[in-house]
Amino acid sequence: MAHSWLVYLFFFAPILVLIVFSFSDDNNVGRWGGFTLEWYQDFVENSQLQSAVWVSIRVAVASTVISVVLGTLAALALERFKFRGRKVFDALLYLPIIIPDVTMAVMMLLFFSEFFDLLEAWFGLDWQKGLGSIAISHIAFNISFVSVVVRARLAGMSGVLEEAALDLYASRWKTFRYVTFPQIVPGVAGGALLALTLSLDDVVITQFSSGPGATTLPVFVFGLIRRGVTPLINATSVLMLVASVFLVALSLAFQQFSGRSGRPLRRAARQATAFAAPMTTTQTKEGINQ
Amino acid sequence: MNAGASEPIAAVRLAGITKRFSDVVAVDSVNLEIADGEFFALLGPSGCGKTTTLRMIAGLEFPTEGSLKIFGDEAGTLPANKRPVNTVFQDYALFPHMAVEANVAFGLKMQRVPKHEIAGRVREAIRLVRLEGLEQRRSRQLSGGQRQRVALARALVNRPKVLLLDEPLGALDLKLRQEMQGELKALQREVGITFVFVTHDQEEALTMADRIGVMNEGRLLQVGTPAEIYEHPVNRFVADFIGQTNLLDASVVSNDTVCLANGDHIDGHCDLPVGTRVAVCLRPERAGMHPPEEVPADRQSVVGRLEGVTYLGNALVYTVSLGWARLEVRRENQPGGYRPPVGEEVAVSWTLDAISVVRA
Repeated sequence: MAHSWLVYLFFFAPILVLIVFSFSDDNNVGRWGGFTLEWYQDFVENSQLQSAVWVSIRVAVASTVISVVLGTLAALALERFKFRGRKVFDALLYLPIIIPDVTMAVMMLLFFSEFFDLLEAWFGLDWQKGLGSIAISHIAFNISFVSVVVRARLAGMSGVLEEAALDLYASRWKTFRYVTFPQIVPGVAGGALLALTLSLDDVVITQFSSGPGATTLPVFVFGLIRRGVTPLINATSVLMLVASVFLVALSLAFQQFSGRSGRPLRRAARQATAFAAPMTTTQTKEGINQ
Repeated sequence: MNAGASEPIAAVRLAGITKRFSDVVAVDSVNLEIADGEFFALLGPSGCGKTTTLRMIAGLEFPTEGSLKIFGDEAGTLPANKRPVNTVFQDYALFPHMAVEANVAFGLKMQRVPKHEIAGRVREAIRLVRLEGLEQRRSRQLSGGQRQRVALARALVNRPKVLLLDEPLGALDLKLRQEMQGELKALQREVGITFVFVTHDQEEALTMADRIGVMNEGRLLQVGTPAEIYEHPVNRFVADFIGQTNLLDASVVSNDTVCLANGDHIDGHCDLPVGTRVAVCLRPERAGMHPPEEVPADRQSVVGRLEGVTYLGNALVYTVSLGWARLEVRRENQPGGYRPPVGEEVAVSWTLDAISVVRA
């Protein structure tokens, strides 16, 4: 009993300190100066922060949509078809999960600089790193995560259902549309939320593939820290934490959902809020709503 | 190929069908004709190729060699969704995210049948399998027997030319299985569609089928009515697989005499060359048992020692050891019959028409 509390203390004390001091009315991060929501207001009013938030959201949504499509296709190919080079493809698909972030980041940096040079030399295009390159780098690692999650779901679904659909005059596409997809929706949704979270949280890879034009929230915050920690960073971090926890919880709920309830979305949302509730204080909710 | 005009077209016709999976031959040059309106059983132990054969008719596997015709049309290379056949899968494969009604309507929807027609045909199919009132249930809310009915309705609603059933009763418990045997048979008569079903249960095949095809190791060994298969098996495997049987090793002496493994010559018809190794097949219920000195003149016999008795209630099964073989004799439990004690010397007897001589 006592041991587990120690573990929790170890885990959550820093988070608790962060949350508490994000409401501190003092310019000095470590000193309690009474309760305020000033820093959350600052967060909303700071135009640089807001533009970073928008870049983050756009990159996250774009990379999620594309990686969900590609990752689901990869999962289907690996689970349902036998083809030459399948094992190699399988192994390579997991590579982005294993490769250290820094390695991936350097790879991306090299790739984009070479690629843009080529574009300029061959087509005279002057492309710069920015939103597009960040999104591409996020797609590169998100595909792996999405396909892992979707595959787990597909593996639990018998291929006989697809044979039954085929036997009942469905084309390949209709089989996917009416039988396979409804069965793997929880996996796809779980994978999408995971991709969204990973994209929103990534610092290292984004830092190497972002340009002067656009930067995401975590990278921007990382830059701010170098100029000294302010309670504004505390508030920003708390909001990012809340968003991440919520998305991960939602993702888990979707993956666990096994099709027992008639309304998957509502049920998953209920599970997720139950999971995330202890983390979300009324204050931080207000912070989001402002 | 040149079937006369009078000869009806077979519902399913397999000619030299072979299926190889890399280096394994799952089905080995099978020739088979299934007539229109027939209730046909493919029977064999697991791994004998019966399911693969069924899947080839369904279009879920494609033959490596040979020709497969459905009502005269070459279908060997057609995908499953282009064939006029439907399948009842072993575990039913109902779509879990759809209600009973949507499951049954699926095939019609895929064929773009007009909506008002779908509604009528679905209702009719659900009535046919007596599932009225359960239209909105999901498959997990149904019992095994109900699931099977949904699977049947889902296939039959499309009015297939041939209905394929893969171990249709395998997942049901004994009592329900016996009930469904009769029901399936009645259903087949009612709809008049050719049924081809796969089973490893010989009793199920004997009870339900008009004709049975017995398979082993990818080969189709014998095709015939239940009585033909039971009474005139073509070889030792079929004799052994269908029902209970005693098999005595023997060799052919002439076309009406065989020599048993112990050297005794007995009468037995067979057209095999002299010296061929054969087995004499004697069903336990067709064997008689007497004191050794009281065997009737019209019966042949072998003498052995009674080793044990199994009491079945309605019958008794006696195990008799001949020294070189063991025989089972089944006697109805009638009062006043001959009931020797264990250890007694007895004669096991039969009439000539009770035995068959089969290839070993």
